[in-house]
Amino acid sequence: MASIKIRAKAQDGVTTVKTLISHKMESGQRKDSKTGEKIPAHHITEVMAEHNGKQVMSANWGGAISQNPYLSFKFKGAAAGDTVKISWVDNMGKGDSAEAQIK
Amino acid sequence: MKKLLSTLSLATLLAVTCVVNATPQQDLKEFQSFYMKRFPNTPFEDFANGVYSIDPASRGQWEDIEEFAPYELNISVGETMFNTPFANGKTYASCFKNGGIGIRQNYPFFDTDRGEVITLELAINECREANGEKPLKWKKGPIADISAYMAYTSRGKVFDVKIPDDPRALAAYERGKKHFYQKRGQLNMACADCHKFYSGNMVRADLLSPALGHLTHFPVYRSKWGGLGTTHRRYDGCNKQVRAKPFPAQGEEYRALEYFHTYMSNGLAVNGPGARK
Amino acid sequence: MNLLRRKLVKTAAFVGSAASLVGTGVLLPQRVLGAYATDAFAARDVNGAISGSLGSAEHSPSDSVKLKAPDIAENGAVVPVTVSASMSNVVAISIIVAGNPGPLTSTYTLSSACEPFISTRVRMAKTSDVIAVVKADGKLYSATKEVKVTIGGCGG
Repeated sequence: MASIKIRAKAQDGVTTVKTLISHKMESGQRKDSKTGEKIPAHHITEVMAEHNGKQVMSANWGGAISQNPYLSFKFKGAAAGDTVKISWVDNMGKGDSAEAQIK
Repeated sequence: MKKLLSTLSLATLLAVTCVVNATPQQDLKEFQSFYMKRFPNTPFEDFANGVYSIDPASRGQWEDIEEFAPYELNISVGETMFNTPFANGKTYASCFKNGGIGIRQNYPFFDTDRGEVITLELAINECREANGEKPLKWKKGPIADISAYMAYTSRGKVFDVKIPDDPRALAAYERGKKHFYQKRGQLNMACADCHKFYSGNMVRADLLSPALGHLTHFPVYRSKWGGLGTTHRRYDGCNKQVRAKPFPAQGEEYRALEYFHTYMSNGLAVNGPGARK
Repeated sequence: MNLLRRKLVKTAAFVGSAASLVGTGVLLPQRVLGAYATDAFAARDVNGAISGSLGSAEHSPSDSVKLKAPDIAENGAVVPVTVSASMSNVVAISIIVAGNPGPLTSTYTLSSACEPFISTRVRMAKTSDVIAVVKADGKLYSATKEVKVTIGGCGG
């Protein structure tokens, strides 16, 4: 899907996955300049990574992860041609997922 | 004696006139050699990378971000928009040379038929309006995404902005040059103060980027904006930062400035969209 | 009448999106390796952030944990941080920014297939220590680096 970009590359038995997600990551700390009220937090809370259907890594994110967040991790036991899937959920119940082939 | 004095004053007058009426080509030579002298360790092509060409500490962070830069999301969005037909069935490709691919380095140019400086964003919106679509906002959002995609397809192409032998083109160039060197705002600063004469110095915690190479990497994803912005968005911010009233985006003043500003980077390659702080 | 209809439409939209999420398996609880560390994120102190995410606040600085972060952050909103470790059996990593209102930025649960490596970009409110804490064989190891965050000159 359009909100997630994935690059996955296998080399010497280790697959490096880099992902970029389109998300405002509103921390909940910013104040509305007009009302002075804090803008409610709206950020990704969990990111899950799967390889060939099995969970490999999961991340818990708070409001201190940058906007349009980036994440990279590495794992063994995969080969070029295998599928990596990244999914995310945010604190407002929205979510998305995307798959990519390991190169 | 009188004859000597008048000869001297005539010579002085001629000298002053020559300086004031330097040709764009002379300006370009002076401008680029200024930076080459000021930053002798920076190879010419690297000026396209702005402060990162002159500061190793921030270069490291920039390279980390370039690993997978946030603007990649914008490029994808821009590509989709670029290829989506208008209501009348035509696409952006129909408005541009080479279908709009690999042409970023041709902008801005002076249209001698219309007597206007044409920037890429202006061309994008004119394409929309010619095909019955509403124009996009100038500084951010979809226009920046489309511009980012078009810049991306042009990476590596060398800027070669032309100033045709037309007094109106020269006037636009001179207007842009004037804006660049003119002090403005409550802080009474010119673009040239920070980006030419004091480039490489620190202003509080910011390193002043050289103007040489400024416009090669637009539109730009700024960490500060958390998003992508066009050249005129930055001009707007820069004018405000010296507490000057900004000019309208894509109005004559900023288009003239962009014309001069891009011309000064002739010889450098397109490397947009860029990532900056 | 209008208000009620709007409310119903709103609910339906939410249910619709939740349903589609359930379809993709994103919301199903068993697809999550660990529960969301709510308390850890709510902690206002470094120890609370570490113990909340990794089970204990006791950690030993170790050369086997490598933390890459800039000396001076170019922009506090986007600070690239990379954590790697050379010990085996690393099951979790937490990244702490001591000077943030909530010091825990993120915590990662790694399966046995994972290499002990995480790279991301964090927000820092001000100059402070960045602490990478790694959990392996029931013990916590850490690396700390001070990252300076400055106010820019061009209005921010």
